[in-house]
Amino acid sequence: MRFDPGAFIAPVVDWLNANFHPILAVISDVIEAVLGGIEWLFLLPPPFVLIALVAVAGYALGGVKTTILAALCLTYCWVMDLWDASMQTIALVLVAVTISVGIAFPLGIYAARHRRVEAVLRPILDVMQTVPPWVYLIPAVIIFSLGTVPAVIATIVYGVPPMLRLTTLAFRGVPTDLKELGQAIGAKPRTILFKIELPAATPTLVVGLNQCILLSLAMVVLAGLVGAGGLGAEVTRGLTRMEMGLGLRAGLAIVAVALLLDRLSRGALQGRRKA
Amino acid sequence: MENAEVLIDCQSVWKVFGDRNAEAIEAITSQGLSKRDVLRDYGCVVGVSDASLQVRRGEIFCIMGLSGSGKSTLIRLLNRLIEPSLGTVLVKGQDISKMDAAALRRTRAEHIGMVFQSVALLPQRNVLENAAFGLEVQGIPRDERNRAAAAALAKVGLSDWTKHYPSELSGGMQQRVGLARALAADPEIILMDEPFSALDPLIRRQLQDEFRQLTKELGKSAVFITHDLDEAIRIGDRIAIMKDGALIQVGTAEDIVMDPADQYVADFVAGISRLHLIKAHSVMVPVADWDGPVDDLPRCDPEADIDALIAQITETSADALAVEEDGRVVGVVSVRNLLLGVRGEAGADPIGAEA
Repeated sequence: MRFDPGAFIAPVVDWLNANFHPILAVISDVIEAVLGGIEWLFLLPPPFVLIALVAVAGYALGGVKTTILAALCLTYCWVMDLWDASMQTIALVLVAVTISVGIAFPLGIYAARHRRVEAVLRPILDVMQTVPPWVYLIPAVIIFSLGTVPAVIATIVYGVPPMLRLTTLAFRGVPTDLKELGQAIGAKPRTILFKIELPAATPTLVVGLNQCILLSLAMVVLAGLVGAGGLGAEVTRGLTRMEMGLGLRAGLAIVAVALLLDRLSRGALQGRRKA
Repeated sequence: MENAEVLIDCQSVWKVFGDRNAEAIEAITSQGLSKRDVLRDYGCVVGVSDASLQVRRGEIFCIMGLSGSGKSTLIRLLNRLIEPSLGTVLVKGQDISKMDAAALRRTRAEHIGMVFQSVALLPQRNVLENAAFGLEVQGIPRDERNRAAAAALAKVGLSDWTKHYPSELSGGMQQRVGLARALAADPEIILMDEPFSALDPLIRRQLQDEFRQLTKELGKSAVFITHDLDEAIRIGDRIAIMKDGALIQVGTAEDIVMDPADQYVADFVAGISRLHLIKAHSVMVPVADWDGPVDDLPRCDPEADIDALIAQITETSADALAVEEDGRVVGVVSVRNLLLGVRGEAGADPIGAEA
């Protein structure tokens, strides 16, 4: 005897497609529009202008080291003739990470406050993280068809667990006496959240965001398989054509993009703390 | 002080921890179960059992107990950081367990300051911002709150450190910031949860004296938690001894040392120096029990402590001192009475007259 989960899931996917098509279409359109907008914005100025802008931003966020690193990373992508693909990938990661954080952050705080919520979420997160990523791509492609949207959706599924786990950990780790202080001075729960818990949780949250970005980037590359474009498509092309040079160039560009996003996000969140 | 307004009135308060605390409380009220019964029958831990105390305006009230005695739980019941299972806590006549969230926040912000053992300073804020934090969450404008915080920091001697960060300060200085933060909001009552326990002995003594002086100067009331009886005696106007969640004796340092309620308290006070605690009126014997002439004896005040009496008696050739109140001799303190006093035994012992 053989049990075929597909026999159950396929009708569900079909049913979703048949009954929720308008909603799914709207989601798809919104994601595509936002992605397109960001891509357009990135590609609008000549590459050297954008590199200069990012370098300045890097200085503001993290100092000289960040500036040099950011400029080198982007220059590499440009020199290797992977500028458009890199910008596509960055846009994709930005959108996916923003949505992942939007989902994971509030849920993570909720789970940190209620043990039961965490108990329910934990196995779900385990499954989300252990199922091979391209398995998500299948239903995502069936529902949203080929292109960038299923890639974003699959990336979100992959990016939520680390962010959620570390958000819960971060908020659990806020010292009890600091929370008691907030109550003892008559602070509102929202004030305690923003002025006491959030600053105390930031170091762990930065790790969570960093993991979210790196895992999303890994997924976005894989999403090259479903026609998401970007650096993933270049890597896939290198693989299918057995072009070692192209594969290596695109692979290193992914590393460059990862470094860039990691350092900038870290600087943005931690920079003020050194003051 | 007996006539001063009662600021905190804690009436038969219980705190029971555990999943079945409601049932446990029910059993305690209806059957009078003991702490041990509650643990055995309901698996619940009694944190505070039937604690009653009053803190009056201008008074420093020390709660002394060893770790696990429930003193930290008790102090958190006073500002409802922990909900009492049973009993009422009145702050300035208002039952805080009946307050809604907004009223409770207002009471905490305006009337009750708190200082923590771990100091609980926010590491990303400088000293001034930390001291002003209580006012900041009340929505007080920056200029005004910074002025109040700077004034509070000046009171604790940290005017030169406002721009520094907590990590740059020593433990003693950090705790001064904690105290300044509590003072900045100008509350009538300050709850001190073992504030000096983690400090070096020398710094601790210095802070104890400063704290007592400052509290008296500003006319604040304080509830001060400590596991150190010496500290309680140095600081407290009244002391409550806590054991297994219950207050077993409440009184002045002299009451507790001279007349311990039970063996536990007696063991505790055994090592305490009586020199500054016991006063002439406690060790003196009536004039009638004194054989010799009274008129030639040097005079002393009934409130003079043993240390002062010993100094006085060794400077003169007399064997005894006459205790004089309102121009009348009310008793006699002999060398023998002083020695008994040092051991913590009260006078009024006729043998004292033999000397």
